[in-house]
Amino acid sequence: MKVLVAVKRVIDYNVKVRVKSDKTGVETANVKMSMNPFDEIAVEEAVRLKEAGKADEIVAVSMGVTQCQETLRTAFAMGADRGIHVLTDAELQPLAVAKLLKAIIDEEKPDLVILGKQAIDDDSNQTGQMLAGLLGWPQGTFASKLDVGDGSLQVTREIDGGLETEKLTMPAIITTDLRLNEPRYASLPNIMKAKRKPIDQKAPEDYGVDIAPRLKTLKVTEPPKREGGVKVGSVDELVEKLRNEAGVI
Amino acid sequence: MPVLVIAEHEAGELKSATLNTVTAAKAMGDEVHVLVAGKGCSGVADAAKAVDGVAKVLVAEDDALENQLAETFAPLIVKLASDYSHVVVPATTFGKNVLPRAAALLDVQQISDVMAVESPDTFVRPIYAGNALATVQSSDSVKLITVRTTAFPAAGSGGNAAVETVDGAGASAEGAEFVGRELSRSERPELTSARVIVSGGRGMGSGENFSILEALADKLGAAVGASRAAVDAGFVPNDYQVGQTGKVVAPELYIAVGISGAIQHLAGMKDSKVIVAINKDEEAPIFQIADYGLVGDLFKIVPELTDAIGK
Ligand SMILES: Cc1cc2nc3c(=O)[nH]c(=O)nc-3n(C[C@H](O)[C@H](O)[C@H](O)COP(=O)(O)OP(=O)(O)OC[C@H]3O[C@@H](n4cnc5c(N)ncnc54)[C@H](O)[C@@H]3O)c2cc1C
Ligand SMILES: Nc1ncnc2c1ncn2[C@@H]1O[C@H](COP(=O)(O)O)[C@@H](O)[C@H]1O
Repeated sequence: MKVLVAVKRVIDYNVKVRVKSDKTGVETANVKMSMNPFDEIAVEEAVRLKEAGKADEIVAVSMGVTQCQETLRTAFAMGADRGIHVLTDAELQPLAVAKLLKAIIDEEKPDLVILGKQAIDDDSNQTGQMLAGLLGWPQGTFASKLDVGDGSLQVTREIDGGLETEKLTMPAIITTDLRLNEPRYASLPNIMKAKRKPIDQKAPEDYGVDIAPRLKTLKVTEPPKREGGVKVGSVDELVEKLRNEAGVI
Repeated sequence: MPVLVIAEHEAGELKSATLNTVTAAKAMGDEVHVLVAGKGCSGVADAAKAVDGVAKVLVAEDDALENQLAETFAPLIVKLASDYSHVVVPATTFGKNVLPRAAALLDVQQISDVMAVESPDTFVRPIYAGNALATVQSSDSVKLITVRTTAFPAAGSGGNAAVETVDGAGASAEGAEFVGRELSRSERPELTSARVIVSGGRGMGSGENFSILEALADKLGAAVGASRAAVDAGFVPNDYQVGQTGKVVAPELYIAVGISGAIQHLAGMKDSKVIVAINKDEEAPIFQIADYGLVGDLFKIVPELTDAIGK
């Protein structure tokens, strides 16, 4: 079984992002970048499938600027076998990413594709579902448990009211939720080995896909700041304030 | 052209998220229709037709629609979309699962988590866990939108819309099969529509200790929420999680207990009207956004608070 994972390079989740003063976006100069946390979970799941003898090859795909290669190397150090980098400096919106992934999947023919449920920069939560639609494949989104069998899989999904289970025939699309697994730290030997794993470099034009953004960002602004309040000294004071000042109890 | 809202429903009841979505839809166009799709949903259709501002309810019923799979819902949305300027769903796990699949089939770039409607083609949405707000303009002929329900008030009742049956048959599940659903049962209000929320974090120490929060919640008629750390530790089920990747809430009163205030948590609750933080670490970031902070041991403070509120 071949597994394909999509890994996005994003601002590290620990960074407090700042809006640029010209309102065109957020500050990315000298900011730490990492693999999207949900995509780490996707890679980890694929590696576990390989370790369990269920998968024999893991292909990682990343799209964007030159440095996406570092993101692919991170995936390699965790256990992915090879990479495809679609190099572009252009803004990629989820529909364009889904179309490029579809073109890659048409060539690679994986049995299972794992993406993150959401990229923590654009917070779109769209790409996996779009890709499933374009391919006409079943989708198991927000997965917290995956049980891969022969030709089909069972997926437990985190939904607002609790959990839902579905059975999907493969090929299928999975998007990861936080509790699917806990990604490993790469060991030093594996980081060294990752340097030798191959990356196939491509351009959007190679796939004949129109990636022009459909959404135009008119401005990016800071959300209204919440005024810090007061510290109260006792429970009685808190209750008094909630009752008489805030009027919420 | 009218705006189509996809109703979210469960066990024969219209979910309240649909009401906030109708309010958002009214700001996009002048006539709002609601699609109720599923199996045996005449009760939901009755509820939808009474929502204020709804002009028409479309009912699509079929066995294949029963479990609201994205695989069968997306083609139905695609079939109806050409008669509408916008197709709108709440940004719940239901809406997030279904709508992007339809968007791809329509070759449309969906707009997620809309929190303000500037004009019929321009919307404000949060990015980077709500640390920035993007104003975006869509060039697609039909706009597919998920709505951040906490940003719009619920539509009232008093409407009397026409009900029309549409053909729901024919969609294949494309290899997806529903197996089962395990829903958390609770007598408490739902997190996303509760007036008061009491949330616990890693500081709670265990699942059993959540009983002191439940006692407080009972006094206040509140819902109980949690941080990711509390959910990951297994103290409470996943559907309690508030935050960037959990539920977004905006109650009148949010009481954060033993929660440090990571940006991913704040992303889900910082639009609450009044925030109370109880934490033993006076440097905890949660105090920077709390209206009222109380520094101390939660195991002492929470029971005291429960007592004091009863008085
Ligand atoms: C991609 C990604 C997505 C995420 N999404 C979310 C999300 O949606 N929601 C979310 O909540 N988190 C999310 N997180 C996790 C987030 O970064 C934090 O790790 C998490 O919110 C911390 O939870 P906490 O505040 O309960 O725990 P901690 O940060 O460990 O804080 C515990 C607090 O309890 C206090 N405490 C301990 N004992 C007591 C006591 N006896 N009395 C009083 N106070 C006490 C401590 O002082 C401390 O401040 C996400 C992280 C990532 C990487
Ligand atoms: N530029 C990209 N390169 C690789 N994968 C991506 C890219 N953009 C999005 N993805 C994948 O799609 C998922 C969801 O992203 P989004 O729909 O933008 O929230 C991510 O977690 C990735 O798995």
